[in-house]
This record gives sequence, C-alpha cells and structure tokens, in this order.
Amino acid sequence: MLVVASVIFLVTNLIPGSVGAVMLGQEATAEDIKALDHELGLDQPVPKRFLTWISRLTRGDLGVSLYHGEPVARTLISRMEPTVLLTLLATSIAIAIGLPLGIIAAVNHRSSLDLGALVTSLIGISIPNFWLGLNLILLFGLYLNWLPTAGYASVREDPLLTLQHLIMPAIALGFSQAALIARMSRANLLEVLRTDYVRTAHAKGLSAPRVILKHAMRNAMVPTVSVIGVIVTLSLGGAVITETVFAIPGVGRLMVESVFRRDFPVIQGLVLMLAAVVALANLFVDILYAYLNPQIRYD
Amino acid sequence: MIARDEIETKDARAEISGALTRGVSMPRARGAVRVLLNHHGLIVGGSICTVLLVLAIFAPLFATMDPKAISMTDRLLAPTSTHLMGTDHLGRDIWSRVLYGARISMFVGLSVATTASLTGIIVGLVGGYSRRFGSTLMRLVDGLLAFPGIVLALALIAVLGSRLSNVIIALSIVYLPRVARIMHGVVLELREREYIMAATAMGAKTVRVLVRHILPNSMGPAIVQGSFIFASAIITEASLSFLGLGLPPGTPSWGSILSEGRKYMLGAPWITLFPGAAIFVAVMGLNLLGDSLRDLIDPRLRGATGNARADGGN
Repeated sequence: MLVVASVIFLVTNLIPGSVGAVMLGQEATAEDIKALDHELGLDQPVPKRFLTWISRLTRGDLGVSLYHGEPVARTLISRMEPTVLLTLLATSIAIAIGLPLGIIAAVNHRSSLDLGALVTSLIGISIPNFWLGLNLILLFGLYLNWLPTAGYASVREDPLLTLQHLIMPAIALGFSQAALIARMSRANLLEVLRTDYVRTAHAKGLSAPRVILKHAMRNAMVPTVSVIGVIVTLSLGGAVITETVFAIPGVGRLMVESVFRRDFPVIQGLVLMLAAVVALANLFVDILYAYLNPQIRYD
Repeated sequence: MIARDEIETKDARAEISGALTRGVSMPRARGAVRVLLNHHGLIVGGSICTVLLVLAIFAPLFATMDPKAISMTDRLLAPTSTHLMGTDHLGRDIWSRVLYGARISMFVGLSVATTASLTGIIVGLVGGYSRRFGSTLMRLVDGLLAFPGIVLALALIAVLGSRLSNVIIALSIVYLPRVARIMHGVVLELREREYIMAATAMGAKTVRVLVRHILPNSMGPAIVQGSFIFASAIITEASLSFLGLGLPPGTPSWGSILSEGRKYMLGAPWITLFPGAAIFVAVMGLNLLGDSLRDLIDPRLRGATGNARADGGN
C-alpha cells in the first residue's frame, strides 16, 4: 500500500505547471497564482509535501478538495453508494450470464452451441461498454420507453427506482465480464471433464447433470473464482465510463469531474481508495479460494 | 494481487512452455500456408486488421469529403449514397470522419503496443535477471497493476494534459506491466537452463546473455501480448476521447465522434452507431488475431483460454 501511495503522489505532483494557474484560468495575474499556490501549500518543496501527505494519510486524512473545499474523505463517501451497487449488480449479472454459458459450451464441446458461446464471448470482450450503454439507452430508454435513460435514485428512498436506474448500466458493464467468466469456466470445466474421476462417475451410472454439477463443477470453480478479483478491478474501471454515460453521480463520475477540474487531492484520494478496494477484493478471493479448495491453506 | 497473478502466471507459464518446447518463438515460414488454412481466427482477424490498416493509411483516398468541413445545410442527414454514414450536427460527413478516426485509433494502438512491449520487455528482462534490482522493479510493476487501467490513465492525463503524445505515454505506462510480468516469468524459467549457464561460464556478458540467448526465446509471448495491448489501447483511447479527456476537441477520433453524437441519438442514431461499430470490429479483429497467435505458440491451449483483459476498462 505504501508503494501504491507513493506512486500516486509522485504521479500527481511531479508535473510541470502550477495547479493555481489551471484553477484560476487564463486571466489570473502572476500574484494571484502565487497567492493561491501558497494558500494550498503548493509552494513547498516536493519531499516536504510528500511527508506531510503520508503522515496525514496514516491518520485517515485525505486532504481537502481544491474545488469543493470539503474533506476528500467526505466527498468520496457521499459518492460511494451508486458505484458500490452498480459494481455488485454488474458482477452478479456477469456471473449469472457467464457461468451457464461456460458450462453449456464445455458440456457441448465442439458443437454449434460451443461455437455460439465462443462467438458471444468474443463479442462481449470486444464491444466497448460505453457504446453498448448508448445502444441500450436508445433501445430501452428512448424507443421503448421502458427504463429511465439517466440519473440515479438513492436506495434509501426508493429501492425499486434504484434498480430501474441501475439495470442498464449494470448490463453494459457486466456483459464483457460475463464473456470473461464464460471463457474461464469453459476452459476449466473442459480440463476437469477429461479427468479419470469424472469418467468413473459416469461409469458408475450417475446422470450427466449430477456428474457435472456435483463432481466436475466443484473443481472447475476454483480457478474460475480467481477471475472475480480481476472482474472487480475491471468493473471499477468500467464504472468511470458507465457512470458518465448514464449520468450516475458515483465515484467514477467524480473521477472524471475531478480530472477536468484538476482537483488533485480528490484524484489522489480516489485512486488510493480504488486500489484499496481492489486489494480487498483480492483478499476476499483468496479466502474463497481456500474455502473451495482445501488443499490451499494460508498460514 | 494473487488472483490477477494467478491468471497471469497461468497464461505466462503456458506460453512459456509452448515457446520452449517448440524451440522457436514463431512457426516456420514453410508451414505458414498450412497454418493459415487451419486457423480461421487468424484469417478473419488478420483480414480485419489488414483492411483497417489500409483504410487508415489511405484515408484521404477513401474519404468522400473533408472530415472537418462544416456544412450547415447538410445537418443530421441520414445515410445516403453521397453521405455513406450520414452527417452530424455540423453537417460533417461521418464516413470520412470515421476513416480519419481509424488513423488515430490505429496510430495510438500501434504506438502504445510498440512502446509498452519494448519497455515491458526491458523491464521484464532486468526484473527477471538482475538479482539486485529485480524484485524492487517488479514490486513497482505490481504497484501499477493495482489500479484499474482507465483510472490510472485518467490520473496520468490529468497530470500530463490531453494531447495525442500524452495519451500514448499514459497508455504505455498502463499496459507496460502486462508485458513486464510475462517477460519476468519467462526469464525466471530460462535463467536456470543449462545453455544460459554455459553461456555465462564461457564468459558472456550479462547484456549479451539477455539479448542473444534469452530475448529470442521469449519473443513469442511478448508478441501475443502486444496484439492484446493494441486492442485494449484502442478501447481505452476511445473511452478517454469519449469522456472528453483524450485528444483535443475537433479531432475526428472514434470516441469523440461518439461523444458528440450522444445528444442527437434519438433523431440521428447513425452518428453513434458507426464509430462504435468501427471500434467493435477493430477490437474484435485484434482479439481474434491475438487468440490465434496464442494457439499457434501453444497448441495445447487451442480455444481454451482467451485474452483476459482486452476490455473497456482496463
């Protein structure tokens, strides 16, 4: 985490050009810029600023937004809800589509069903999620008028409306992840289906669904689960774009706004938070991994 | 980062063993025709990429109008024989804009794939071979892998400013770890081989061992990864331009045409339809090509695994 924090600080601070100049625009005088830089502590040498930043960070202080003037942590928390729900929904959709698709493809190996699943997953991996999102808006929002085209409603006020707002973005986001899960589960299941114990299970007269679901799946799932960590990373990245397409006031949208405003404390805090979430997701995957496969033990 | 590493090591290992058992990184020219006939993906993917490259390079020949020419009388026209893909809100010809957009996408994709692969190869070689700096270097690479790609790209763009060269630099930094990690794995495995020990014992210098003995045997996986990076870079550049943070406004890039067309989507869906389809086709062609190349390098994996990360967000 320290490496990650240092990388973030270096990236955002070793820039030519003054933040004050960007914030005040072109009409600002040199004195104005200097005054603002001083006010923000930006005229201090970089190593000193780094130490201040790190020491505040250890106390959970992410600094103050240059634009809103309120603590970065508060801004982040207020924008968290839509992003968390969107990522969870997208991951669920990805698993719900991807896993069955992978199983069907593996069980019907080298058939037209398998080819269909492979083509679907190729499309899923290649389609840009913002374009898919726009097409969904056009179809379900504008032509059919079934779903709201943009915006967000808090889950505390009206959970059903929240779902209506999130379902299209979640599909746009989850589709490519579904393709990934389909590919992984197909490959892993194919590998397991070739093993002797599966043949034995078939030979002793168990029905095919039973062999696949009870015997083969358990082992095939282990490597598939490891993709979920990658999927969370991808979903968070994808949320940046999807939230912009659907005008959802989440963390991803905040990232884009902050980049436009050059609000570096917010960018730093945000990137750090996302890295932490990714690390947590990977930890969760490791635990799940050990649960699914008793051979793996973490000491 | 175990989950991500897991996939990467799995991929890397498969690629490495494939490359090593064959002894050469790419199939020999003699069998090239047979190989082509046996791999539909290679033909389809290769054709798509070739057509797109030709269209991009000779864009001025294929374009029917000036991509930046504004014509207020021709606003928001549906596709016709004069305007193959219709016109946008300023009367600009979408077909010509998409063609010139291909130039930008192909240029960015190719530059990023080359830069990221070359730097990644060097980082991976040093990281795997040097016992002194190796682990520190790879820690930094892992640090870069901890961020979602687009988020890192956005942060870098915020710092560097949105210009074509900066987009290429930012994306190269984002994708460098992919190559570096795979190369690192290859080098770790090769380092212990007898022929490397023999070369070292004969007094070959480190640089010579790396360049003459290790590099040629590890090019295959790097090339495969390069084609996936090409695909990812096209999507990410389009995403950045779509957000308005890629190339300067007015540049006909696939992402920015899409972004400008959003407001007119209900009345003029062709403005968003065609550039999006162009991104989709280009990325699909590159993914097919990458998958087929991987199959060639390690036939055991045929159709089994695919590109794990050529996705919009990363």
